[in-house]
Amino acid sequence: MTRRRVAIVGSGNIGTDLMVKALRSEHLEVAAVVGIDPNSDGLSRARAAGVDASAEGVDWLLTQDPLPDLVFEATSAKAHAANAPKYAEAGVQAIDLTPAAVGPFVVPSVNLVEHLDTPNLNMITCGGQATIPIVAAVSAVVEVPYAEIVASIASRSAGPGTRANIDEFTITTARGVEEIGGAARGKAIIVLNPMEPPMIMRDTVFCALPEEADHEKIARSIEAMVAHVRDYVPGYRLIAEPQFDDPRPEWDGWGRVTVLLEIEGNGDYLPSYAGNLDIMTAAAIRVGEQLARTEGRHGR
Amino acid sequence: MSEIDLRITDSTLRDGSHAMGHQFHVDDVRATVRALDRAGVPVIEVAHGDGLGGSSFNYGFSATDEMALVDVAVEEARTAKIAVLLLPGVGTTNHLRAAADRGVRVVRVATHCTEADIATEHFEIARELGLETVGFLMLSHMLDPAALAVQARIMVDAGAECVYVVDSAGALVLDDAGDRVAAIVSAVGDAAQVGYHGHNNLALGVANSVLAYRAGARQIDGATCALGAGAGNSPTEVLAAVFARLGIATGIDLAAILDAAHDVVRPYMKREPTMDRNSVIMGYAGVYSSFLLHAERAGRRYGVPPHKILEEVGRRRYVGGQEDMLIDIAIGMASDTARVAERER
Repeated sequence: MTRRRVAIVGSGNIGTDLMVKALRSEHLEVAAVVGIDPNSDGLSRARAAGVDASAEGVDWLLTQDPLPDLVFEATSAKAHAANAPKYAEAGVQAIDLTPAAVGPFVVPSVNLVEHLDTPNLNMITCGGQATIPIVAAVSAVVEVPYAEIVASIASRSAGPGTRANIDEFTITTARGVEEIGGAARGKAIIVLNPMEPPMIMRDTVFCALPEEADHEKIARSIEAMVAHVRDYVPGYRLIAEPQFDDPRPEWDGWGRVTVLLEIEGNGDYLPSYAGNLDIMTAAAIRVGEQLARTEGRHGR
Repeated sequence: MSEIDLRITDSTLRDGSHAMGHQFHVDDVRATVRALDRAGVPVIEVAHGDGLGGSSFNYGFSATDEMALVDVAVEEARTAKIAVLLLPGVGTTNHLRAAADRGVRVVRVATHCTEADIATEHFEIARELGLETVGFLMLSHMLDPAALAVQARIMVDAGAECVYVVDSAGALVLDDAGDRVAAIVSAVGDAAQVGYHGHNNLALGVANSVLAYRAGARQIDGATCALGAGAGNSPTEVLAAVFARLGIATGIDLAAILDAAHDVVRPYMKREPTMDRNSVIMGYAGVYSSFLLHAERAGRRYGVPPHKILEEVGRRRYVGGQEDMLIDIAIGMASDTARVAERER
């Protein structure tokens, strides 16, 4: 089996964690790590791992021969908006971990098969990767008129980009809950908690349910989905059984299922409390591996 | 109005939303705004208890769309400014624009006290929209005065014209409040005013407000009949009476605000905010006051005592917005109880 050659653009926390995971993958070969700061820890770790590392940015990357098959974008929405047309022109498929949303939203356990040939794939948000699979698992069984997710993350795991654009998280995640999760209406909430030692990422998913919903079937669907996600995010777990509540007038007559999730990171480059960052890199790597595995059928 | 020494903001129709289970109706809001406005209350806050966009499973759905409530408030207010609350992470700048379009004049942007920098874009957009801006540092007891002042400075640099020490847990005891106000006054100087928002969990809302004024606060929050989360806020009518006795002008007519409390607000209140076991525990353990009704609900649902849930929240240091964590705690306690019962059988 030939490994797919990938490049990682962005040598910060996310890019470096991606590299550690990609180096471990049997489907991927890390061809290059690209940054803009020659002294970044990410670039020196790349060199130490025997990977080509450059601080010359994307322009350097796209003059390499051969070009990578696939690029992971771990920069910023603005940088990706500028880079995306260059990747497209060079025929390099892009997996975008920024909020740029140039390409369609992808959640590996839900809709990846629809997008194996798409030139640019967007990983939505950390909260989206953690919660949309659950919404999709519920809406696979029953119509979900409304779904709401609450993401609690450690303050230390929220970088300056997230902090400057917190609305981007809530708006983009809510859209993903609707478009990929299948809820008629979605809402997302994020809370930063500064406690020490830092809290492990916690997500809660609430789905409104019709009165006649089959609770047993919904619970089984959720548990199967959790197992599926855990396949690529080992620290993804339910902290209790799904909780069902009967319909209430103040819920517009809907019932409710509540799903309590904890996402502990793998501790590759990022600390293990930062499950929010780990689930993004783990999901992106899973996308890359799927693309590599189907290269025979879909590759150029 | 220009003669006042201290500006009181009445939050009955926002913080009171917690105590009302977010079940305010148009008629309640119309009558309350009319009465407060006629009593000379300069700023009246109207929104879901958790701010714009707060209507949700996690915090409780609003009985009436908050924008409909805002419309009525704006319509009724003759001299009072209508304010809204916004928590970045819950509401967005889209909500803010909608509120500004409806004639709201003040926005109060609230973050946990260590997270001021998530509000930068909201302050900037509020200023662009021509709104008066107030920063809210929630659960202020969790930071010491110097560290709190650093966060206040971040809000002022982003465009806040006033920053509040928000005692969301009612946990500040006397000088704890004054010292925090003084630290912010000295950090921001003339660049912004400083405010204080109290809760009565330890019966200190009004006393802390007086100390906050003496330390330099020039904006103070109250709620009529104390209608607010936990044991409620500093009662607006008591603030009016106390500051009048101290010779500090608030512009509020005491007889008229007492009428508003007695004739308008008290009749629709579902419960009297009170210093019961749950509320005192919240003040003592430093728990976000709006967790009260959620702890009661989780307690009923899982058969565990609400005050024990609240104690555990204090131990785990959860912050405002993490209402879903009460479910975790209640489930954990219920299964511990079941295990013990099993063993004893």
